[in-house]
Amino acid sequence: MMDMSSSEVLIEASGLTKKFGEFVAVDHIDFEVHRGECVGFLGPNGAGKTTTVRMMYCFLMPTSGVLKVAGLSVNTSCREIKALVGVAQQEDNLDPDFSVIKNLTVYARYFDIPKAEALKRAEELLRFFQLEEKRDVSIMALSTGMKRRLIFARALLNKPQILLLDEPTTGLDPQARHLVWDEVRLLKKQQVTVILTTHYMDEAQILCDRILIVDQGKIIEQGTPADLIKKHVGTEVLEMDYDQKLMPLLKEAFGEARMERLGERIQIFTDQPHGVFEGFLNEHKLQNVSIRNANIEDVFLKLTGRGLRET
Amino acid sequence: MSEGHIRKSPAKFSIPRLSYRVWRVWRRNIDVFFKTVKVNFFPSLLEPMLYLFAFGFGLGGFIPNIAGQPYINFIAPALVAVAIMNGAFYECTFASFVRMYFQKTFDAIVATPVSVEEVVAGELLWGATRATINASIVLLVVAMAGLFTPVPLVSSPLFLLAVPLAFFGGLLFASIAMCFTAAASNIDFFNYPTFLFLTPMFFLCGTFFPLTSLPVAAQGLAMAVLPLTHVINATRALLVGTVEPILGLSTSTLLLVSSIWLVTATCFFFVLSINLMKKRLTS
Repeated sequence: MMDMSSSEVLIEASGLTKKFGEFVAVDHIDFEVHRGECVGFLGPNGAGKTTTVRMMYCFLMPTSGVLKVAGLSVNTSCREIKALVGVAQQEDNLDPDFSVIKNLTVYARYFDIPKAEALKRAEELLRFFQLEEKRDVSIMALSTGMKRRLIFARALLNKPQILLLDEPTTGLDPQARHLVWDEVRLLKKQQVTVILTTHYMDEAQILCDRILIVDQGKIIEQGTPADLIKKHVGTEVLEMDYDQKLMPLLKEAFGEARMERLGERIQIFTDQPHGVFEGFLNEHKLQNVSIRNANIEDVFLKLTGRGLRET
Repeated sequence: MSEGHIRKSPAKFSIPRLSYRVWRVWRRNIDVFFKTVKVNFFPSLLEPMLYLFAFGFGLGGFIPNIAGQPYINFIAPALVAVAIMNGAFYECTFASFVRMYFQKTFDAIVATPVSVEEVVAGELLWGATRATINASIVLLVVAMAGLFTPVPLVSSPLFLLAVPLAFFGGLLFASIAMCFTAAASNIDFFNYPTFLFLTPMFFLCGTFFPLTSLPVAAQGLAMAVLPLTHVINATRALLVGTVEPILGLSTSTLLLVSSIWLVTATCFFFVLSINLMKKRLTS
């Protein structure tokens, strides 16, 4: 981990609130993001992740509170902020009236990037995101995955210091997800600050230095993925088919451990060193058993509950 | 967030602050226009020819002269004005709505240093440009058709001033259209302004018959609230040199009144439409 206390604060929110009429989408949140960090906003649908990100690039104005990006207030310095930030929005907003390459060069014009430079950057980005072959085709002819890659590429045209990725890998196949992850890692090495919202827990765990878990407009927990896992779920999880007869045995063996029933499966969490489950498994012959490392998804479900969220 | 919430706007009504970036948005639209110029250009040639042919040559044969001029000379300038109105109005209702709502083009642009106000202003200038292109085509058709009519359809080189007029008149119709776009919840909403605003103007602003044949009250109403009346007054003055004496006013007085009306209304609706769109898009 980098030393957060000494590095420069690039995004700073205090008491940040956004209301839509009576509905409070973001409710007095405070957070800091340091230069070069990758910070993930995790939360169920409607938690306020996208609203928070949208305020960072002046797409929405805060109802109250302070939000500063690169030391500039979103209330007064939108244009300066937007010149420093790259945004990959959640929805497909590529320009269907243009070809792939023209989408990039027209977009570069909004940043005042000179024509020759814009074309050079556009070609480089198409190469990196493996869209070279699609250079001159219409947007309509692209698959969902290709569109998402192009939206990501477009967000890099202005060589941003801060990259805002709102669900960048939704709908991507595994190959394309890895391509996006590689690019994020590369940008982190170049000290680009990345803000990410995602539904994919593995993605947050792999990419993010720090995770902010949001629910109902509030940040309910934050920390490094490792710290969060250690604090809330421990080290390992034993999973097996649920069987009522097993319950006394499990209680006897792991009395203090947290147990959770998920339909026809049961999970037992431990914060003991590796190996505690093996003895039990050797004694009892059981079906469909697995031991795995605890992960961010366990933390997320513990903190936000298992109920379905619909907006 | 979903569209359903009732939103309070934090933004106050203000004179928009605009920069050269307005033209970046305009450039985007003109790039698309040239990409599809074949489907944009040739069909728009046909409509004014049909009107001139059907109403001017066809119907005109049964109609006595109006203010000493053949009927076709009366309607030709009005057709230029109608092209201005339709070109700008269509562009800033249906076409802008598609870009805003379905293509989310505005959302993508406002993530760059271009502001919401500049996006909307760029759309308005493009609407005005589209009106200018359409009106220029009609003007060309009218001037050519004039070679085959007893009295030429354009009386002096002043008719060329109809091109800059088309831009400013187009800006007015674009701005009014954008106010409807700011209020539109879906694309069918535009049936209201099309049938309740555009179509009545098409018939009641001195297009096919002189306003002077209506009661004075109707003449006053057309002069007070219908923008097409003023654009027709201007095109008629520029193309054939005389306007029928609406409310008993002379051509030069009418031209003055219409110019003042158009400038005032354009400024008003330009500022209003940008504010309404900003409210819709940012709160």
